[in-house]
Amino acid sequence: MLRFVLFRLLQSLVALAILSVVVFVLARATGDPLHMILPMNASEEDYANARKYLGLDRPYVEQYFSFVGRAVTGDFGTSIRARRPVIELLRERLPNSLKLAAFAMGASLAIAFPLGVMAAVKKGTGVDRAAQIVAVLGQSLPTFWVAIVLVEFVAGRWQWLPAGGADSLASYVLPGLTLGWFVVAGMMRLLRSGMLEVLDSEYVKLARLKGVAERKVVWVHALKNALIPVVTFAGIYFAILVTTAIVVETVFAWPGLGRLAYDGITSRDFPVIQAVVLTTATIVAAVNLGVDCLYAVIDPRIRYSR
Amino acid sequence: MSVVAVPERAARPEPRARGRRVPVVSIGIIAVFVLIALLAPLLSPGDPYEQSLRLRFRPPVWEERGSWAHPLGTDRLGRDMLTRIIWGSRVSLAVGALAVLLAGAVGATIGLVAGYYGGRVDAALMRVTDATLSFPVILLALILAVTVGPSFTNVVIAIAVILWARYARVIRGQVLTLMTLDFIAQARIAGAGAWRIITRHLLPNTLNTLVVLVTLQVGYVIIVEASLSFLGAGIPPPTPAWGSMIAEGRDVVTSAWWVSFLPGLAILLVVLAFNLLGDWLRDTLDPKLRQL
Amino acid sequence: MSAVIDVRDLRTHIVTRWGTIKAVDGVSFALGEAETLGLVGESGSGKSMTCLSIVRLVPRPAARIVGGAVLLDGNDLLKKTDDEMQRIRGRTVAMILQDPMSSLNPVFSIGMQMREPLTMYHGLRGRAVLARAAELLASVSIPSPAARLRAFPHQLSGGMRQRVVGAMAIAGPPRLLIADEPTTSLDLTIQAQYLGLLKELQQRHRFAMIFVTHNLGIVARTCDRVAVMYAGRIVEIGPVRRIFAQPAHPYTRALLESIPRFGARRERLAAIAGQPPDLATLAAGCAFAPRCPAAFERCVEAPPETEVVPGHATRCWLHVLP
Repeated sequence: MLRFVLFRLLQSLVALAILSVVVFVLARATGDPLHMILPMNASEEDYANARKYLGLDRPYVEQYFSFVGRAVTGDFGTSIRARRPVIELLRERLPNSLKLAAFAMGASLAIAFPLGVMAAVKKGTGVDRAAQIVAVLGQSLPTFWVAIVLVEFVAGRWQWLPAGGADSLASYVLPGLTLGWFVVAGMMRLLRSGMLEVLDSEYVKLARLKGVAERKVVWVHALKNALIPVVTFAGIYFAILVTTAIVVETVFAWPGLGRLAYDGITSRDFPVIQAVVLTTATIVAAVNLGVDCLYAVIDPRIRYSR
Repeated sequence: MSVVAVPERAARPEPRARGRRVPVVSIGIIAVFVLIALLAPLLSPGDPYEQSLRLRFRPPVWEERGSWAHPLGTDRLGRDMLTRIIWGSRVSLAVGALAVLLAGAVGATIGLVAGYYGGRVDAALMRVTDATLSFPVILLALILAVTVGPSFTNVVIAIAVILWARYARVIRGQVLTLMTLDFIAQARIAGAGAWRIITRHLLPNTLNTLVVLVTLQVGYVIIVEASLSFLGAGIPPPTPAWGSMIAEGRDVVTSAWWVSFLPGLAILLVVLAFNLLGDWLRDTLDPKLRQL
Repeated sequence: MSAVIDVRDLRTHIVTRWGTIKAVDGVSFALGEAETLGLVGESGSGKSMTCLSIVRLVPRPAARIVGGAVLLDGNDLLKKTDDEMQRIRGRTVAMILQDPMSSLNPVFSIGMQMREPLTMYHGLRGRAVLARAAELLASVSIPSPAARLRAFPHQLSGGMRQRVVGAMAIAGPPRLLIADEPTTSLDLTIQAQYLGLLKELQQRHRFAMIFVTHNLGIVARTCDRVAVMYAGRIVEIGPVRRIFAQPAHPYTRALLESIPRFGARRERLAAIAGQPPDLATLAAGCAFAPRCPAAFERCVEAPPETEVVPGHATRCWLHVLP
């Protein structure tokens, strides 16, 4: 089991390394940030000085390695636009994004699980139909559209819930639901189809023959098997959550990574862009690693086959 | 000891094929949108770019101040909504189709190669695939939009560059299973080379999966494109794109609700249709893909 | 000896798109302690559905038990509530399925799956459960039973898995054990061992056993009586020796003849002409008539069950005195 974890960890690190190169190149490709921060009438000399000051005049390879070296210790440089250490900005914003993503994921799973299992158990009935409609809608509705409507009506007109900021628990609800809506859809479908397949299996039949109560058959014997694909996709969905967050954070004025990325990109703030992308990717990679390990815990066949 | 001889089971009259019936409505919706996208110049009642400050924020025809001159109302700059929605379909469908086909072609190729060769090639390709899978689409597209400037091509490329990884993973998985089957071994024994095996034996068996994946992804791509346009990093104005139309109507959602609502409805319809069609295709062609 | 299980005129129907299928159409038999009945027939003859009907686990909502009685030690199982049936299943009536590869839950250890029936039937907990589970595994000749408890199904061979399933089945111990083709998926060499094991367990615990199979050879070795099923009905039932020596029903006769024997002069395998019947479109009358070499005018009517000699009955007009 330990070998398995170590192996996966190594894979993640390699993936991150590749990503860091890509990020580095891309950030440089966004253009020259100096145009944004130096005044219009700056001279050639001013540009040269600024470049030297920011270390932008050294060869790319050197820049890359110094970037990686410092990134590993948490030093992402200084934001060109905000003139503050990027790490500070990250520290402010990251927790908000994580909290939102966690809330969205948690709420979605809480809704998707019972819905998916019940839809499979009561296949063909009203519950099943309703669940399928929820699923299909969830994957077809554009997030930001729902977001706007919610902001305007639920927050604006009816004043039931706050529209922005990350202050109260209530303020998590709208953005969290908007973000997690499609996760509910996807998870629910996965669970439903997984359960349907498992409920048909020989071992479930045998469990019933052994006299196990139907409730236990569904929620213990069957569910654990149906969880396998769900867990796999949980990782992917989390990654999608982190990325869709940009849009949601913009609409709901949520002070998180997404906003930071957006501002960074539009103002060509290399250090910020690099830091955000790397952080996001690291989070996603870590989550995937965790998911893989969880997968091995649930399904013993994985543990021993690698 | 032997077994009782069991004759072939008689065929009974075939019942209707298992699974739901053909999703006529979805296909219809898609056909309609494809048609209006193709025939936009002929079908639209007006000019999508023509502004008229006098006619700003006219409501749709069924409301009080509406008129048949602008059946779906007008927007902030007095442009006809119906026309703009029709023209917007061109952008959405074009991006959807192109990005998905491009990603599909690249992804399938990589999946086939990785699955066929296995070993180091497979490992290397899968590292790249995994790295790509963890990269946020919208972020990349934003970066591209800001560096090279927002344009149709950039949006398609940005999306395709991330999307291919999904196809590669799935196709590779399929190929791995196929490789264990006897007919591949037989082809090898008969002297077939890599190219032949991949194109003649592996590819046709993965086509079903590809078709299902492609259909299911179109909806996703359309939403991504709309999100990009919404953020201002998609197709630049004044080209009508559903996403940017929604963004434009953001401030007046309570008063001039139609400006944001109608394009959103269009997106919903198209994506819904593609998703339902994709589901049906998956149930008919390759039920093992349930998880997708 | 009073019957442990007494099935009377059991009827189970399945509603399908093509019509209503009479999967079990008036099946009756009785079994005493330590007696084994072989249930023989082609696919679709109703063997498995009969067994599922006895434990009332027919696949709903399409299938329904529509009539008859199933008396277990005198109590009619068809009249029990769902809760009562659930308590009876496994503990008093146990069933083994065909494919050991898929009968065990892949994500739970052997120990967990063995513990479950012990806790449910006998309320055992903690160390007592583990001890008893190891005992049961030992009684089905599984080596190092204590270590096996920690293993997972995929780590065991097919034969061992089937033994584990057997161990779970006798945890009750049950009054009736239904074995649905338990050896079909096993290697030939292991089959004989397993059959021996089942007989041994039966002698020890004195349960009645219904052994479903399509293999007459196994019937000859393990069963006391045999019931031949066709199209949902029992067409012949009686002691194994007698039926093998003097089959009354043309179908039984054809089955026995189709077994190739060493030294026989025939060069081609005898197969039964025709196709198995389409259960949705059964005509009235004897279901085997279309394929029967001895069919005559009376066969358009369904033959009643008639005694050939006491203990040996058949459904065939050939044995009904005019």
